[in-house]
Amino acid sequence: MKKMLLAVLVLFAAAAHAGPKIEHWVAPSGAKVYFVETHVLPILDVSVDFAAGTVFGPADKTGVAGLTRALLDAGAGDLDEEHISSKLVDLGARMSGSADADRAGMSLRTLSSQAERAAALDLLRTVLAAPTFPESVLTREKARTIAGIREADTRPDSIAAKRFAAAIYPGHAYGASATVESVERIGRDDLVAFHRDNYAAKRAVVSIIGDVSRAEAETIAQRLTEALPAGRPDVTIAPVVMPVRATVKVAHPATQSHIHIGAPAIARTDPDYYALLLGNYVLGGGGFVSRLMQEVREKRGYAYSVYSYFSPRKLEGPFEIGLQTKREQADAAIKVVEEVLGDFLAKGPTEKELAAAKKNLVDGLALRIDSNAKILGYLSAIGFYGLPLTYLDDFPAKIDAVTVEQVKAAFARHVKPEHLVTVIVAAD
Amino acid sequence: MTKKLVPLLALLAASASALANPFETTLANGLRVIVKEDRRAPTAVHMVWYRAGAMDEKDGTSGVAHVLEHMMFKGTKHHAAGEFNKIVAEAGGRDNAFTSLDYTAYFQIVPNRALPRMMELEADRMANLQLTAKEFEQEIKVVMEERRMRTEDNPQSLVHEALYAAAFKAHPYRRPIIGWMDDLEHMSYTDARDWYHAWYTPSNAYVVVVGDVDHRAVFDLAAKTYGRIKPHALPGRKPQNEPEQPGIKRVTVKAPAKLPYLAMAWKVPKLKDVDADREPYALEVLATVLDGHDAARFSKNLVRGSKIAQSAGAGYDGTLRGEAMFILDGQPVEGKTVAELEAALRAELKRVQDEGVSPEELARVKIQTIASQVYKRDSMMAQAMEIGGIEAAGHKWQDIDKLLEKIRGVTAEEVQAVARKYFNDDALTVAVLDPLPPDQAKPRKPAVAVRH
Repeated sequence: MKKMLLAVLVLFAAAAHAGPKIEHWVAPSGAKVYFVETHVLPILDVSVDFAAGTVFGPADKTGVAGLTRALLDAGAGDLDEEHISSKLVDLGARMSGSADADRAGMSLRTLSSQAERAAALDLLRTVLAAPTFPESVLTREKARTIAGIREADTRPDSIAAKRFAAAIYPGHAYGASATVESVERIGRDDLVAFHRDNYAAKRAVVSIIGDVSRAEAETIAQRLTEALPAGRPDVTIAPVVMPVRATVKVAHPATQSHIHIGAPAIARTDPDYYALLLGNYVLGGGGFVSRLMQEVREKRGYAYSVYSYFSPRKLEGPFEIGLQTKREQADAAIKVVEEVLGDFLAKGPTEKELAAAKKNLVDGLALRIDSNAKILGYLSAIGFYGLPLTYLDDFPAKIDAVTVEQVKAAFARHVKPEHLVTVIVAAD
Repeated sequence: MTKKLVPLLALLAASASALANPFETTLANGLRVIVKEDRRAPTAVHMVWYRAGAMDEKDGTSGVAHVLEHMMFKGTKHHAAGEFNKIVAEAGGRDNAFTSLDYTAYFQIVPNRALPRMMELEADRMANLQLTAKEFEQEIKVVMEERRMRTEDNPQSLVHEALYAAAFKAHPYRRPIIGWMDDLEHMSYTDARDWYHAWYTPSNAYVVVVGDVDHRAVFDLAAKTYGRIKPHALPGRKPQNEPEQPGIKRVTVKAPAKLPYLAMAWKVPKLKDVDADREPYALEVLATVLDGHDAARFSKNLVRGSKIAQSAGAGYDGTLRGEAMFILDGQPVEGKTVAELEAALRAELKRVQDEGVSPEELARVKIQTIASQVYKRDSMMAQAMEIGGIEAAGHKWQDIDKLLEKIRGVTAEEVQAVARKYFNDDALTVAVLDPLPPDQAKPRKPAVAVRH
């Protein structure tokens, strides 16, 4: 029963001063490798991420990227899914996957003792390079995926998220969600082709942190990627087309309206990243101290959760303001949000607010890199988005250099009222 | 299988014995302070746990423990509403709080140099909260929005609320943590104030600090901050034991959804005596065999094998103040009914009753337990939660290792014995979600007119 779900508030990656020493090389396979050596705990974390997100799938088969990722460990080499899962459990290792619009991959946490580590890494290698995509598993997982979609399409939060993505990315892969029809069209050949095209060493970032030496890490990275398929030449993703300002209302019997307001905003490598990160902290990213939280929740009691975030991607990722409020007062709450946003776009943060935001982001760096799991996430992002190796070290100086005028100008460039789309599910 | 355990155990022992850790002291006013030094990063977790949760509430003011948790951010004699949050934020930290059936806890995660300030502020609101009608009137609306979000519009939450309300008729676990909406509508700031004055006192609380700190320095700080607070007597607590259930109970919840959902809860023993008890550990192992990992029986047999379940789970928490239940739940796949899923879940239990569990399955439980312990050390918050959680149930942090050792010592016969002994229908409550197509459901009217 947490007072607030903080996890959703800041999707911006933020990092720390005097970051860990990151080593980088390219494996003979062509994979980019990022490594931090630390022997404090007897564990090893590895993730392998590919440019294999939903944007790389065929437009009429949305869901193929997710299913390909999900079925990697459902049969690989000469192992079936029961062998793979029981072997991992017997080793005390944990394997998990993730897939978003841009990337997809697997991560592994294992004890660093030689026998466990070697066996767990062998499994990861097999799963990444030689998935068999058994027809029977695909049939089952398609049915579960379709049931999950039908279920999600009854829930106001999922309906709102899908409608919002579709509305701000008209005709673009960033706006597409898997549907019953798109999943039904997917066959085994699609998974095989998607894997062959995208799970290639030259599209891969290998991140390693833990209780191994540099020499061991080099061997691990090469072994994990040497047997991967060759992949296809790089494909260009269609540019994002900005939406026209609009309001979308969707009927639903929920007691609360689910409201999203936003537009495509920023690519991960955009130099305005730091100014938007700071500005968003003041607007709606800074938990209880943000303007949206103060005006919507603290002063008026309109919502339990209200937030804003930028979620940068390869291309322009979304800016979004979200809240849920009793349906009878949805219009009043939206009016407050629009006033807060309008005022912020017109005037930017105050000097005092900017100073407070800088203190939080700079002094809070230590918290964001205080575990191997957290650092692993940074290694992967640095590798995937091509950020400098000194990203964590440079962060405080980059943040400190931002001025009120720069925040205001960055918002003017990236959050334009004429493109803002409002989606209201369970509107009266 | 068992051979593998030796090096793993050695590894655990070697890494744990390096530190005589955690450390504990008790202040003159009864407040206990537990410090675990973890020097990996220059950060610290600071938590205060109060032994007052939803189970201590009375009918008519359900939800007040959680409402007070919200009010704790609304200012003291020395600090205005919201100032605590602001100070934490400017220190680069983050803070929050959570309320459970058994306890209410507050925490900050901060760069270690900010710890003294956090202890000062947390001690301040332990004694000096300013609870005003004005702040309450705003915040109770927020809590009602929270209930709408978490429960009213969440069909599975509604099922769990109904499950607990049906399973317990005397024990306070029957009331939801967030409170009934009607009770929230009629709550006043004096209810929250009375709660605060009754339960928030050093002798009913303990502090947990994990991080890059020196425990002696933390003890000194605690004496200078929390140590100044005078304790007061606590209200009496009645046992409110649940009478023996005389037969199966079934409840149905209708709500907008597509897939039905099923939850089955059996009343089972909880952990009382860490040394002497055996059954709670066997129940824990049973839950792990059924649903503790990806190769466990439910995933293997019900989701992948017979394909009857979209999802299936098993859970048992025996470390609590109130009464324990063993809960199975799941969603049938499209085309299957809840009755078929219920039969499949029962068949899995029957298999354990008839055939027991295999040595491989037991070995897996042990390996998982050891690995989890090693991995947990990558997170300071997880370590603080573990200490706080076991203390909340009335045990000691020293029991953490003992519990794990006990779980590793559970035999196949013991697992089979608890499966045979406790899973009879008379102790069972079943709650089912009957899905309504959203276009046939009507928006529910607010139960009461909006507050003024």
